[in-house]
Amino acid sequence: MIRLRINGLDACVEEGSTLLEAARFLGLPIPTLCHMDGLSPYGACRLCLVEIGTGAQARLVSSCTYPAEEGLTVRTASSRVLRARRMILELLLASCPQSKTIQDLASAHGIRQQRFRQEHEDCILCGRCVRMCQEQMMAKAIGFRGRGGDRSIGTPFDVTSEVCRQCGGCLYVCPACQLRCTSAQPEEAICGGCANLTPPCIEKDRFDDLMCSLTPCVACEIARES
Amino acid sequence: MTRAAAASTSLDAPPQVDVDRQQILRILTKHRQGRGTLVAVLQDIQARYGYLPEQALRAVADETGRPLVDVYGLATFYRCFTLQPRGKHLISACLGTACHVRGAPRIVKEFQHQLGIQAGETTADRQFTLETVNCLGACALGPVVVIDGHYFSKVRKSRVRQLLEEALTGFDKADAAQAERTFPIDVSCPRCNHSLMDEDFPIDGRPSIRCTVSFDRLHGWLRLSSLYGSSSISAEHEIPPQTVVSFFCPHCHAQLVGRSVCAACEAPMVPMLVRGGGTVQVCSRRGCPSRDLEVS
Ligand code: SF4
Ligand code: SF4
Ligand code: FES
Repeated sequence: MIRLRINGLDACVEEGSTLLEAARFLGLPIPTLCHMDGLSPYGACRLCLVEIGTGAQARLVSSCTYPAEEGLTVRTASSRVLRARRMILELLLASCPQSKTIQDLASAHGIRQQRFRQEHEDCILCGRCVRMCQEQMMAKAIGFRGRGGDRSIGTPFDVTSEVCRQCGGCLYVCPACQLRCTSAQPEEAICGGCANLTPPCIEKDRFDDLMCSLTPCVACEIARES
Repeated sequence: MTRAAAASTSLDAPPQVDVDRQQILRILTKHRQGRGTLVAVLQDIQARYGYLPEQALRAVADETGRPLVDVYGLATFYRCFTLQPRGKHLISACLGTACHVRGAPRIVKEFQHQLGIQAGETTADRQFTLETVNCLGACALGPVVVIDGHYFSKVRKSRVRQLLEEALTGFDKADAAQAERTFPIDVSCPRCNHSLMDEDFPIDGRPSIRCTVSFDRLHGWLRLSSLYGSSSISAEHEIPPQTVVSFFCPHCHAQLVGRSVCAACEAPMVPMLVRGGGTVQVCSRRGCPSRDLEVS
């Protein structure tokens, strides 16, 4: 057992557990995005930051990848942590404003606006899909490609992969995925992305036979009410 | 990288090379010892074909049992790998901070203008590929441009056109005529001390230096210019650029290899004795202009 101090509580956790697991074991909430039970820790989103150490040595680390150490002092919700977390969320929100998961996290952290230029990316490069495909589906069909600003997720050579079995696991775990709108229980998963776009249905006359896959659609709801 | 790749695929039917699976297997066997050799394997494939053909990457994944996506991810991660065939001449213009403030963007623009392509693209006649790099480690000499392994410092806009013309005729030839410090040397084998000079095969108007070389399972003669400073060579088998070649003495057949490696590219240096005292070392990589003369 490893003894450490989390938020002033003396605690004992099992050897080999991460700070995130330790905190969750104690019932202390830490928001995560790239972490997923059953997938290896990756540390891409930095949302799970906690502060370790004391005084001038205190620093921020990602709790999902940091192993619990004997005698460590951990703060999961210090003002420094909260500030950093809000900044990360604001940046995530700027890159993927249409993601329901990120919207929820942002609102839970009291973010009412974000100051950065919106990018409308459809991926935050959290790597969940890659790990899902590799570790749970044993397919290794998709992966990271390129580097820096050109980094992206996809299959080799951008062609349908021979080893992908279309299990949909990658879509299922994606926190930025818009396909949630069309998922089995759309009621619980409206991302509102369609309200940020201008759906073609706004100009209905020109699209008489339009078939829309967005159900329910925020734009339709608004139109019906007015 | 992906953007650049997309741009050059728009060319009419890029000539994809035929990948010889045996060749790939040979490269793999060479690197089989130990894990973590994938980068070296890909480097060898790129040295062989000038780029990484899709078939070759698939073959590597097949043979090594690694997921294709890992191989592809690695190949797209490093700037030195390209998935598109390159032109005959590669121009790398430095856009690092020092070169940037010394006007490198204007040089790149001029290259783009002269060649009619954007950075990252290849001309339609497949003569030139223009790429930008982020630092060549020669900041004091900026703007730096490297064409086919030859470094050019303090490049000005007016020099661009001339550089392109020289690249077409080949720097190896241009070098001898223009280099400021070229002088003849006579060399001999450091082991048997037989002269390596070949009167019957002049290069640059001087007896050439004769060695035997081997690379890629090919074996043949190679003659180097005996003008110190000139890069002219003549060889039985064409040596692809960047290939590291093993040199042998044609008399005692000892391998000409010393302990030092090239400061520029880390290939082994080839030592030879200079008549009158001293040694000269040349880099064993084709196209690397490094040489080093020590007179005693
Ligand atoms: S659908 Fe294909 S790519 Fe996605 S997790 Fe399944 S096997 Fe992997
Ligand atoms: S596609 Fe989704 S799950 Fe995959 S890296 Fe991007 S955001 Fe994460
Ligand atoms: S959950 Fe820890 S870095 Fe993403």
